[in-house]
Amino acid sequence: MKLASNPFSKYFQLIRLFWSTAISAELEYRMNFIFSALTSLGGLAGSLFGLFLFYGQGYHFQGWSWEEALIVVGIFTFLKGFSTAFLAANLNRIVKHVERGTLDFVLLKPISSQFWLSFHSMSLWGLPDILFGLFIVLYAGIKLKLSWTSYLSGLIPILFGATILYSLWFILGATSVWFTRIYNITEVLKGLMDAGRFPMVAYPVSYQVFFTFIVPVAFLTTVPAEALLGRANPSWIIGSGCLAIALLWFSNQFWRFALRFYTSASS
Amino acid sequence: MKRLYKIFQTLLSTYYAYMLEYRAELLLWALSGCLPIILMGVWTQAAQGGAFALTSAQFARYFLAIFLCRQLTVVWVIWEFEREIVEGKLAFRLLQPLDPVWHHVWSHIGERFARLPFIAVIIGLFILLYPSAFWIPDAGTLALFILVSICAFALQFLIQYTFAMFAFWTEKASAIQELWFLFHLFLSGSIAPLEVFPPGVRQVVEFLPFPYILHFPASILTGLPVDYLRSFLIMGSWAGIFYAINRYLWRKGLKQFSGMGA
Repeated sequence: MKLASNPFSKYFQLIRLFWSTAISAELEYRMNFIFSALTSLGGLAGSLFGLFLFYGQGYHFQGWSWEEALIVVGIFTFLKGFSTAFLAANLNRIVKHVERGTLDFVLLKPISSQFWLSFHSMSLWGLPDILFGLFIVLYAGIKLKLSWTSYLSGLIPILFGATILYSLWFILGATSVWFTRIYNITEVLKGLMDAGRFPMVAYPVSYQVFFTFIVPVAFLTTVPAEALLGRANPSWIIGSGCLAIALLWFSNQFWRFALRFYTSASS
Repeated sequence: MKRLYKIFQTLLSTYYAYMLEYRAELLLWALSGCLPIILMGVWTQAAQGGAFALTSAQFARYFLAIFLCRQLTVVWVIWEFEREIVEGKLAFRLLQPLDPVWHHVWSHIGERFARLPFIAVIIGLFILLYPSAFWIPDAGTLALFILVSICAFALQFLIQYTFAMFAFWTEKASAIQELWFLFHLFLSGSIAPLEVFPPGVRQVVEFLPFPYILHFPASILTGLPVDYLRSFLIMGSWAGIFYAINRYLWRKGLKQFSGMGA
Protein backbone atom coordinates (compact mmCIF):
# COMPACT_ATOMS: atom_id res chain seq x y z
CA MET A 1 0.00 0.00 0.00
CA LYS A 2 1.24 3.43 -0.88
CA LEU A 3 1.31 5.96 1.93
CA ALA A 4 0.34 9.58 1.41
CA SER A 5 3.18 12.07 1.30
CA ASN A 6 1.46 14.61 3.55
CA PRO A 7 2.65 13.64 7.06
CA PHE A 8 -0.79 14.14 8.64
CA SER A 9 -2.66 11.93 6.22
CA LYS A 10 0.21 9.45 6.40
CA TYR A 11 -0.16 9.11 10.14
CA PHE A 12 -3.91 8.97 9.80
CA GLN A 13 -3.65 6.19 7.25
CA LEU A 14 -1.29 4.30 9.53
CA ILE A 15 -3.66 4.55 12.49
CA ARG A 16 -6.43 3.11 10.35
CA LEU A 17 -4.20 0.23 9.32
CA PHE A 18 -3.02 -0.45 12.87
CA TRP A 19 -6.47 -0.44 14.35
CA SER A 20 -8.18 -2.51 11.71
CA THR A 21 -5.55 -5.21 12.30
CA ALA A 22 -5.94 -4.96 16.05
CA ILE A 23 -9.72 -5.18 15.84
CA SER A 24 -9.73 -8.18 13.56
CA ALA A 25 -7.32 -9.92 15.92
CA GLU A 26 -9.62 -9.26 18.86
CA LEU A 27 -12.73 -10.41 17.04
CA GLU A 28 -11.31 -13.90 17.32
CA TYR A 29 -12.20 -13.83 20.99
CA ARG A 30 -15.83 -12.83 20.83
CA MET A 31 -16.76 -14.57 24.07
CA ASN A 32 -14.25 -12.41 25.87
CA PHE A 33 -15.96 -9.34 24.61
CA ILE A 34 -19.26 -10.42 26.15
CA PHE A 35 -17.43 -11.10 29.40
CA SER A 36 -15.81 -7.69 29.36
CA ALA A 37 -19.18 -6.05 28.71
CA LEU A 38 -20.59 -7.90 31.72
CA THR A 39 -17.60 -6.85 33.79
CA SER A 40 -18.07 -3.22 32.79
CA LEU A 41 -21.73 -3.37 33.68
CA GLY A 42 -20.88 -4.84 37.07
CA GLY A 43 -18.23 -2.19 37.63
CA LEU A 44 -20.69 0.55 36.81
CA ALA A 45 -23.32 -0.90 39.15
CA GLY A 46 -20.66 -1.00 41.85
CA SER A 47 -19.64 2.63 41.25
CA LEU A 48 -23.25 3.73 41.50
CA PHE A 49 -23.72 1.67 44.65
CA GLY A 50 -20.62 3.27 46.15
CA LEU A 51 -22.01 6.72 45.44
CA PHE A 52 -25.45 5.75 46.70
CA LEU A 53 -23.99 4.83 50.10
CA PHE A 54 -23.30 8.52 50.60
CA TYR A 55 -26.43 10.00 49.08
CA GLY A 56 -28.79 7.33 50.41
CA GLN A 57 -28.29 8.57 53.95
CA GLY A 58 -29.07 12.19 53.20
CA TYR A 59 -25.44 13.23 52.96
CA HIS A 60 -24.18 14.97 49.86
CA PHE A 61 -20.82 16.23 48.70
CA GLN A 62 -20.75 19.96 49.20
CA GLY A 63 -22.34 21.61 46.19
CA TRP A 64 -22.99 18.38 44.26
CA SER A 65 -26.48 16.98 43.89
CA TRP A 66 -26.93 13.26 43.09
CA GLU A 67 -27.23 13.90 39.34
CA GLU A 68 -24.21 16.18 39.34
CA ALA A 69 -22.15 13.58 41.13
CA LEU A 70 -23.38 11.05 38.55
CA ILE A 71 -21.69 13.11 35.84
CA VAL A 72 -18.38 12.64 37.63
CA VAL A 73 -18.97 8.88 37.71
CA GLY A 74 -19.88 8.97 34.01
CA ILE A 75 -16.69 10.80 33.05
CA PHE A 76 -14.67 8.47 35.26
CA THR A 77 -16.16 5.41 33.54
CA PHE A 78 -15.57 6.98 30.14
CA LEU A 79 -11.90 7.65 30.89
CA LYS A 80 -11.49 4.15 32.26
CA GLY A 81 -12.79 2.80 28.97
CA PHE A 82 -10.54 5.17 27.07
CA SER A 83 -7.46 3.93 28.90
CA THR A 84 -8.41 0.27 28.38
CA ALA A 85 -9.05 0.86 24.70
CA PHE A 86 -6.10 3.04 23.79
CA LEU A 87 -3.53 3.19 26.56
CA ALA A 88 -3.25 -0.16 28.33
CA ALA A 89 -2.83 -2.24 25.18
CA ASN A 90 -0.05 -0.04 23.82
CA LEU A 91 1.90 1.25 26.73
CA ASN A 92 2.17 -2.01 28.63
CA ARG A 93 3.84 -3.28 25.52
CA ILE A 94 6.71 -0.82 25.84
CA VAL A 95 7.87 -2.87 28.81
CA LYS A 96 7.83 -6.03 26.72
CA HIS A 97 9.75 -4.37 23.88
CA VAL A 98 12.44 -3.15 26.24
CA GLU A 99 12.71 -6.46 28.05
CA ARG A 100 13.09 -8.51 24.86
CA GLY A 101 15.13 -5.97 22.93
CA THR A 102 12.51 -5.79 20.18
CA LEU A 103 12.34 -2.03 20.60
CA ASP A 104 15.14 -1.98 18.00
CA PHE A 105 12.67 -2.86 15.25
CA VAL A 106 10.38 -0.04 16.29
CA LEU A 107 13.21 2.47 16.34
CA LEU A 108 14.27 1.46 12.84
CA LYS A 109 10.91 2.33 11.32
CA PRO A 110 10.75 5.63 9.44
CA ILE A 111 8.09 7.12 11.73
CA SER A 112 8.11 8.63 15.19
CA SER A 113 8.69 5.84 17.68
CA GLN A 114 6.43 7.51 20.22
CA PHE A 115 3.65 7.53 17.64
CA TRP A 116 4.20 3.89 16.78
CA LEU A 117 4.24 2.79 20.40
CA SER A 118 1.21 4.87 21.35
CA PHE A 119 -1.11 4.01 18.50
CA HIS A 120 -0.09 0.57 17.38
CA SER A 121 -2.90 -1.26 19.05
CA MET A 122 -6.41 -0.65 20.30
CA SER A 123 -8.68 -2.87 22.29
CA LEU A 124 -12.41 -3.22 21.84
CA TRP A 125 -12.68 -4.23 25.48
CA GLY A 126 -12.72 -0.61 26.49
CA LEU A 127 -15.79 0.08 24.36
CA PRO A 128 -18.45 -0.99 26.92
CA ASP A 129 -17.01 1.37 29.52
CA ILE A 130 -16.89 4.24 27.02
CA LEU A 131 -20.53 3.67 26.07
CA PHE A 132 -21.76 3.23 29.65
CA GLY A 133 -19.88 6.35 30.68
CA LEU A 134 -21.48 8.41 27.91
CA PHE A 135 -24.85 6.94 28.79
CA ILE A 136 -24.55 7.99 32.44
CA VAL A 137 -23.45 11.50 31.48
CA LEU A 138 -26.36 11.77 29.07
CA TYR A 139 -28.85 10.42 31.61
CA ALA A 140 -27.73 12.87 34.28
CA GLY A 141 -27.57 15.66 31.70
CA ILE A 142 -31.19 15.10 30.66
CA LYS A 143 -32.28 15.04 34.31
CA LEU A 144 -30.46 18.33 34.85
CA LYS A 145 -31.84 19.74 31.57
CA LEU A 146 -28.44 20.62 30.18
CA SER A 147 -28.36 22.23 26.75
CA TRP A 148 -26.19 20.90 23.92
CA THR A 149 -23.73 23.76 24.40
CA SER A 150 -22.94 22.47 27.91
CA TYR A 151 -21.92 19.11 26.44
CA LEU A 152 -19.70 20.95 23.99
CA SER A 153 -18.05 22.97 26.73
CA GLY A 154 -17.46 19.75 28.67
CA LEU A 155 -15.81 18.17 25.66
CA ILE A 156 -12.73 20.40 25.69
CA PRO A 157 -11.59 19.67 29.27
CA ILE A 158 -12.28 15.97 28.72
CA LEU A 159 -9.88 16.07 25.77
CA PHE A 160 -7.35 17.78 28.02
CA GLY A 161 -7.97 15.13 30.67
CA ALA A 162 -7.40 12.32 28.18
CA THR A 163 -4.17 13.99 27.02
CA ILE A 164 -2.94 14.32 30.62
CA LEU A 165 -3.74 10.68 31.27
CA TYR A 166 -1.97 9.55 28.12
CA SER A 167 1.13 11.65 28.88
CA LEU A 168 1.42 10.36 32.44
CA TRP A 169 1.03 6.81 31.26
CA PHE A 170 3.60 7.23 28.51
CA ILE A 171 6.12 8.83 30.88
CA LEU A 172 5.71 5.91 33.28
CA GLY A 173 6.05 3.48 30.39
CA ALA A 174 9.24 5.20 29.27
CA THR A 175 10.86 4.62 32.65
CA SER A 176 10.99 0.92 31.77
CA VAL A 177 14.13 1.73 29.78
CA TRP A 178 15.88 1.94 33.16
CA PHE A 179 13.85 -0.38 35.34
CA THR A 180 12.74 -2.94 32.73
CA ARG A 181 10.17 -4.99 34.61
CA ILE A 182 7.62 -2.47 35.75
CA TYR A 183 4.39 -3.98 34.45
CA ASN A 184 2.69 -2.86 37.60
CA ILE A 185 3.74 0.77 37.68
CA THR A 186 0.65 1.41 35.60
CA GLU A 187 -1.32 -0.43 38.28
CA VAL A 188 -0.23 2.21 40.76
CA LEU A 189 -1.43 4.90 38.37
CA LYS A 190 -4.73 3.06 37.91
CA GLY A 191 -5.08 2.76 41.66
CA LEU A 192 -4.60 6.48 42.16
CA MET A 193 -6.97 7.20 39.28
CA ASP A 194 -9.76 5.64 41.34
CA ALA A 195 -9.83 8.87 43.29
CA GLY A 196 -11.58 10.34 40.24
CA ARG A 197 -14.81 8.54 41.12
CA PHE A 198 -15.80 11.39 43.41
CA PRO A 199 -15.70 15.18 42.97
CA MET A 200 -12.69 16.74 44.66
CA VAL A 201 -14.69 18.50 47.40
CA ALA A 202 -15.47 15.05 48.81
CA TYR A 203 -11.86 14.77 50.01
CA PRO A 204 -10.07 16.42 52.91
CA VAL A 205 -7.85 19.34 51.95
CA SER A 206 -4.60 17.38 52.08
CA TYR A 207 -6.01 14.85 49.60
CA GLN A 208 -7.21 17.68 47.36
CA VAL A 209 -3.73 19.17 47.22
CA PHE A 210 -2.23 15.78 46.43
CA PHE A 211 -4.74 15.00 43.68
CA THR A 212 -4.41 18.42 42.10
CA PHE A 213 -0.71 19.15 42.15
CA ILE A 214 1.06 15.80 42.52
CA VAL A 215 -1.18 13.34 40.69
CA PRO A 216 -3.55 15.58 38.71
CA VAL A 217 -6.68 13.46 39.07
CA ALA A 218 -8.76 16.61 39.64
CA PHE A 219 -8.22 17.58 35.99
CA LEU A 220 -9.44 14.23 34.74
CA THR A 221 -12.96 14.13 36.11
CA THR A 222 -13.87 17.03 38.41
CA VAL A 223 -12.84 19.88 36.11
CA PRO A 224 -14.60 18.43 33.02
CA ALA A 225 -17.72 17.74 35.09
CA GLU A 226 -17.79 21.31 36.36
CA ALA A 227 -17.28 22.64 32.85
CA LEU A 228 -20.17 20.48 31.67
CA LEU A 229 -22.34 21.87 34.43
CA GLY A 230 -21.35 25.36 33.32
CA ARG A 231 -19.82 26.45 36.61
CA ALA A 232 -16.11 25.86 36.08
CA ASN A 233 -13.81 28.74 36.77
CA PRO A 234 -12.17 29.54 33.38
CA SER A 235 -8.77 29.58 35.05
CA TRP A 236 -9.16 25.86 35.88
CA ILE A 237 -9.86 25.03 32.25
CA ILE A 238 -6.93 27.12 31.08
CA GLY A 239 -4.78 25.46 33.72
CA SER A 240 -5.96 22.07 32.52
CA GLY A 241 -5.04 22.97 28.93
CA CYS A 242 -1.60 24.24 29.93
CA LEU A 243 -0.95 21.11 31.97
CA ALA A 244 -2.04 18.88 29.08
CA ILE A 245 0.25 20.62 26.60
CA ALA A 246 3.16 20.74 29.02
CA LEU A 247 2.86 17.06 29.91
CA LEU A 248 2.54 16.05 26.28
CA TRP A 249 5.65 18.02 25.42
CA PHE A 250 7.46 16.60 28.42
CA SER A 251 6.48 13.02 27.55
CA ASN A 252 8.11 13.49 24.14
CA GLN A 253 11.28 15.05 25.56
CA PHE A 254 11.46 12.41 28.26
CA TRP A 255 11.14 9.63 25.71
CA ARG A 256 14.02 11.04 23.65
CA PHE A 257 16.06 11.34 26.81
CA ALA A 258 15.22 7.77 27.86
CA LEU A 259 16.18 6.39 24.47
CA ARG A 260 19.73 7.59 24.99
CA PHE A 261 20.00 5.01 27.74
CA TYR A 262 18.45 2.18 25.78
CA THR A 263 21.09 -0.50 25.27
CA SER A 264 19.09 -2.99 23.24
CA ALA A 265 19.55 -5.92 25.59
CA SER A 266 19.37 -9.49 24.35
CA SER A 267 18.83 -8.81 20.65
CA MET B 1 4.47 -36.15 58.09
CA LYS B 2 8.12 -35.41 58.65
CA ARG B 3 8.72 -35.63 54.94
CA LEU B 4 5.93 -33.16 54.24
CA TYR B 5 7.31 -30.77 56.83
CA LYS B 6 10.67 -30.86 55.17
CA ILE B 7 9.19 -30.27 51.73
CA PHE B 8 7.19 -27.30 52.97
CA GLN B 9 10.19 -25.79 54.67
CA THR B 10 12.22 -26.05 51.48
CA LEU B 11 9.43 -24.64 49.33
CA LEU B 12 8.94 -21.70 51.67
CA SER B 13 12.60 -20.72 51.78
CA THR B 14 12.94 -21.15 48.01
CA TYR B 15 9.93 -19.05 47.19
CA TYR B 16 10.85 -16.45 49.78
CA ALA B 17 14.29 -16.04 48.19
CA TYR B 18 12.68 -15.92 44.75
CA MET B 19 10.24 -13.21 45.77
CA LEU B 20 12.97 -11.12 47.34
CA GLU B 21 14.39 -10.69 43.85
CA TYR B 22 11.32 -8.72 42.85
CA ARG B 23 11.39 -6.20 45.66
CA ALA B 24 10.71 -3.21 43.41
CA GLU B 25 7.71 -4.95 41.92
CA LEU B 26 6.42 -5.90 45.34
CA LEU B 27 6.58 -2.30 46.46
CA LEU B 28 4.58 -1.24 43.42
CA TRP B 29 2.00 -3.94 44.03
CA ALA B 30 1.69 -2.82 47.62
CA LEU B 31 1.21 0.79 46.48
CA SER B 32 -1.35 -0.15 43.86
CA GLY B 33 -3.63 -1.36 46.64
CA CYS B 34 -4.15 2.21 47.79
CA LEU B 35 -7.89 2.32 47.13
CA PRO B 36 -8.80 1.96 50.85
CA ILE B 37 -6.60 4.96 51.62
CA ILE B 38 -8.40 7.04 49.00
CA LEU B 39 -11.80 5.97 50.31
CA MET B 40 -10.65 6.72 53.82
CA GLY B 41 -10.36 10.34 52.75
CA VAL B 42 -13.91 10.48 51.41
CA TRP B 43 -15.48 8.69 54.38
CA THR B 44 -13.66 10.57 57.12
CA GLN B 45 -14.70 13.79 55.40
CA ALA B 46 -18.28 12.55 55.04
CA ALA B 47 -18.47 11.47 58.69
CA GLN B 48 -17.78 15.04 59.73
CA GLY B 49 -20.77 16.35 57.79
CA GLY B 50 -23.38 13.58 57.86
CA ALA B 51 -24.92 11.08 60.23
CA PHE B 52 -23.20 7.76 59.58
CA ALA B 53 -22.89 4.64 61.70
CA LEU B 54 -19.19 5.25 62.31
CA THR B 55 -17.28 8.28 63.50
CA SER B 56 -14.53 9.94 61.51
CA ALA B 57 -11.76 8.27 63.52
CA GLN B 58 -13.46 4.88 63.26
CA PHE B 59 -13.60 5.23 59.48
CA ALA B 60 -9.90 6.06 59.39
CA ARG B 61 -9.04 2.97 61.43
CA TYR B 62 -11.39 0.78 59.52
CA PHE B 63 -9.86 1.67 56.17
CA LEU B 64 -6.35 1.32 57.49
CA ALA B 65 -7.31 -2.18 58.66
CA ILE B 66 -8.86 -2.88 55.25
CA PHE B 67 -5.66 -1.77 53.58
CA LEU B 68 -3.74 -4.25 55.73
CA CYS B 69 -6.23 -7.06 55.13
CA ARG B 70 -6.14 -6.53 51.38
CA GLN B 71 -2.37 -6.79 51.42
CA LEU B 72 -2.53 -9.97 53.47
CA THR B 73 -5.12 -11.71 51.32
CA VAL B 74 -3.88 -10.93 47.80
CA VAL B 75 -4.07 -14.05 45.64
CA TRP B 76 -3.05 -14.49 42.01
CA VAL B 77 -2.99 -18.28 41.66
CA ILE B 78 -5.43 -18.32 38.73
CA TRP B 79 -3.06 -16.48 36.39
CA GLU B 80 -0.18 -18.79 37.26
CA PHE B 81 -2.31 -21.90 36.96
CA GLU B 82 -3.76 -20.75 33.66
CA ARG B 83 -0.27 -20.27 32.27
CA GLU B 84 0.84 -23.68 33.49
CA ILE B 85 -2.06 -25.28 31.66
CA VAL B 86 -1.76 -23.29 28.45
CA GLU B 87 1.98 -23.87 28.24
CA GLY B 88 1.66 -27.48 29.38
CA LYS B 89 3.98 -26.95 32.32
CA LEU B 90 1.58 -28.65 34.68
CA ALA B 91 2.78 -31.95 33.21
CA PHE B 92 6.14 -31.60 34.95
CA ARG B 93 4.55 -30.69 38.24
CA LEU B 94 2.35 -33.76 38.04
CA LEU B 95 5.43 -35.97 37.88
CA GLN B 96 6.47 -34.84 41.35
CA PRO B 97 5.12 -36.87 44.29
CA LEU B 98 3.37 -33.78 45.64
CA ASP B 99 0.06 -32.11 44.87
CA PRO B 100 0.97 -29.14 42.59
CA VAL B 101 -1.18 -26.82 44.67
CA TRP B 102 1.53 -26.67 47.34
CA HIS B 103 3.86 -24.85 45.01
CA HIS B 104 1.28 -22.11 44.67
CA VAL B 105 0.43 -22.04 48.35
CA TRP B 106 4.02 -21.62 49.41
CA SER B 107 4.87 -19.10 46.73
CA HIS B 108 1.98 -16.97 48.05
CA ILE B 109 3.14 -17.34 51.63
CA GLY B 110 6.73 -16.60 50.68
CA GLU B 111 5.61 -13.49 48.87
CA ARG B 112 3.62 -12.41 51.89
CA PHE B 113 6.74 -12.48 54.05
CA ALA B 114 8.70 -10.55 51.43
CA ARG B 115 5.90 -7.98 51.28
CA LEU B 116 5.60 -7.45 55.04
CA PRO B 117 8.35 -4.83 55.39
CA PHE B 118 6.74 -2.69 52.68
CA ILE B 119 3.34 -2.92 54.35
CA ALA B 120 4.89 -1.91 57.64
CA VAL B 121 6.60 1.10 56.05
CA ILE B 122 3.43 2.27 54.29
CA ILE B 123 1.37 1.94 57.46
CA GLY B 124 4.06 3.66 59.51
CA LEU B 125 4.19 6.52 57.04
CA PHE B 126 0.48 6.80 57.12
CA ILE B 127 0.30 6.99 60.89
CA LEU B 128 2.89 9.76 60.81
CA LEU B 129 0.64 11.73 58.49
CA TYR B 130 -2.57 10.86 60.30
CA PRO B 131 -1.79 10.41 63.98
CA SER B 132 -5.47 10.32 64.93
CA ALA B 133 -5.85 6.99 63.11
CA PHE B 134 -3.33 5.36 65.40
CA TRP B 135 -4.43 2.86 67.99
CA ILE B 136 -2.93 -0.20 69.66
CA PRO B 137 -5.17 -3.25 69.75
CA ASP B 138 -4.63 -5.54 72.75
CA ALA B 139 -2.79 -8.84 72.40
CA GLY B 140 -5.93 -10.98 72.35
CA THR B 141 -7.47 -8.96 69.53
CA LEU B 142 -4.24 -9.10 67.63
CA ALA B 143 -3.97 -12.88 67.97
CA LEU B 144 -7.58 -13.30 66.85
CA PHE B 145 -6.98 -10.93 63.93
CA ILE B 146 -3.98 -12.95 62.77
CA LEU B 147 -5.95 -16.19 63.02
CA VAL B 148 -8.90 -14.77 61.07
CA SER B 149 -6.59 -13.23 58.46
CA ILE B 150 -5.05 -16.63 57.83
CA CYS B 151 -8.51 -18.13 57.44
CA ALA B 152 -9.49 -15.27 55.12
CA PHE B 153 -6.43 -15.84 52.99
CA ALA B 154 -7.17 -19.57 52.87
CA LEU B 155 -10.76 -18.93 51.78
CA GLN B 156 -9.69 -16.41 49.15
CA PHE B 157 -7.08 -18.84 47.84
CA LEU B 158 -9.53 -21.73 47.78
CA ILE B 159 -12.10 -19.72 45.84
CA GLN B 160 -9.62 -18.54 43.25
CA TYR B 161 -8.02 -21.95 42.90
CA THR B 162 -11.47 -23.39 42.25
CA PHE B 163 -12.01 -20.92 39.42
CA ALA B 164 -8.54 -21.79 38.18
CA MET B 165 -9.75 -25.35 37.60
CA PHE B 166 -11.84 -24.06 34.72
CA ALA B 167 -8.56 -23.49 32.89
CA PHE B 168 -8.73 -27.19 32.03
CA TRP B 169 -11.67 -26.43 29.76
CA THR B 170 -11.31 -22.81 28.71
CA GLU B 171 -8.31 -20.67 27.86
CA LYS B 172 -9.53 -17.64 29.75
CA ALA B 173 -10.46 -18.82 33.21
CA SER B 174 -9.18 -15.54 34.59
CA ALA B 175 -12.19 -13.79 33.03
CA ILE B 176 -14.35 -15.57 35.65
CA GLN B 177 -12.05 -14.29 38.33
CA GLU B 178 -12.30 -10.74 37.01
CA LEU B 179 -16.08 -10.84 37.20
CA TRP B 180 -15.91 -12.33 40.71
CA PHE B 181 -13.43 -9.67 41.75
CA LEU B 182 -15.99 -6.95 41.05
CA PHE B 183 -18.39 -8.46 43.55
CA HIS B 184 -15.50 -8.88 45.91
CA LEU B 185 -14.55 -5.23 45.50
CA PHE B 186 -17.98 -3.85 46.22
CA LEU B 187 -19.38 -6.36 48.70
CA SER B 188 -16.36 -7.29 50.80
CA GLY B 189 -16.41 -4.03 52.67
CA SER B 190 -13.45 -2.51 50.87
CA ILE B 191 -15.39 0.45 49.47
CA ALA B 192 -17.35 1.02 52.67
CA PRO B 193 -17.91 -0.81 55.94
CA LEU B 194 -21.00 -3.03 55.92
CA GLU B 195 -22.33 -0.88 58.75
CA VAL B 196 -23.25 1.86 56.28
CA PHE B 197 -24.91 -0.49 53.76
CA PRO B 198 -28.71 -0.38 53.61
CA PRO B 199 -29.90 -3.01 56.15
CA GLY B 200 -31.56 -5.23 53.56
CA VAL B 201 -28.44 -5.37 51.39
CA ARG B 202 -26.29 -6.05 54.41
CA GLN B 203 -28.38 -9.04 55.47
CA VAL B 204 -28.00 -10.65 52.05
CA VAL B 205 -24.31 -9.86 51.76
CA GLU B 206 -23.57 -11.42 55.13
CA PHE B 207 -24.51 -14.83 53.77
CA LEU B 208 -22.05 -14.50 50.89
CA PRO B 209 -18.33 -15.27 51.23
CA PHE B 210 -17.17 -11.73 50.40
CA PRO B 211 -17.33 -9.89 53.73
CA TYR B 212 -15.42 -12.63 55.55
CA ILE B 213 -12.30 -11.95 53.52
CA LEU B 214 -11.93 -8.28 54.42
CA HIS B 215 -14.72 -6.91 56.56
CA PHE B 216 -14.59 -9.63 59.22
CA PRO B 217 -10.86 -9.38 60.06
CA ALA B 218 -10.90 -5.60 59.71
CA SER B 219 -13.83 -5.32 62.11
CA ILE B 220 -11.99 -7.43 64.67
CA LEU B 221 -8.93 -5.24 64.44
CA THR B 222 -10.87 -1.99 64.70
CA GLY B 223 -13.11 -3.25 67.48
CA LEU B 224 -16.44 -3.08 65.64
CA PRO B 225 -19.11 -5.48 66.96
CA VAL B 226 -18.78 -8.94 65.40
CA ASP B 227 -20.89 -12.10 65.69
CA TYR B 228 -18.02 -14.57 65.92
CA LEU B 229 -19.93 -17.84 65.91
CA ARG B 230 -22.06 -16.97 62.91
CA SER B 231 -19.13 -15.50 61.00
CA PHE B 232 -16.96 -18.56 61.52
CA LEU B 233 -19.83 -20.86 60.60
CA ILE B 234 -20.55 -19.06 57.32
CA MET B 235 -16.87 -18.77 56.50
CA GLY B 236 -16.34 -22.47 57.18
CA SER B 237 -19.34 -23.50 55.11
CA TRP B 238 -18.15 -21.56 52.10
CA ALA B 239 -14.68 -23.03 52.47
CA GLY B 240 -16.23 -26.51 52.59
CA ILE B 241 -18.35 -25.88 49.50
CA PHE B 242 -15.45 -24.54 47.47
CA TYR B 243 -13.15 -27.33 48.64
CA ALA B 244 -15.61 -29.97 47.47
CA ILE B 245 -16.10 -28.31 44.08
CA ASN B 246 -12.37 -27.80 43.75
CA ARG B 247 -11.47 -31.46 44.31
CA TYR B 248 -14.24 -32.61 42.01
CA LEU B 249 -13.10 -30.32 39.18
CA TRP B 250 -9.47 -31.22 39.77
CA ARG B 251 -10.17 -34.93 39.25
CA LYS B 252 -12.36 -34.26 36.20
CA GLY B 253 -9.85 -31.80 34.78
CA LEU B 254 -6.86 -34.07 35.11
CA LYS B 255 -8.57 -36.65 32.93
CA GLN B 256 -9.08 -33.92 30.38
CA PHE B 257 -5.53 -32.52 30.57
CA SER B 258 -3.36 -33.40 27.61
CA GLY B 259 -0.17 -31.52 28.46
CA MET B 260 -0.37 -29.58 25.23
CA GLY B 261 2.74 -27.61 24.35
CA ALA B 262 5.01 -29.32 26.88
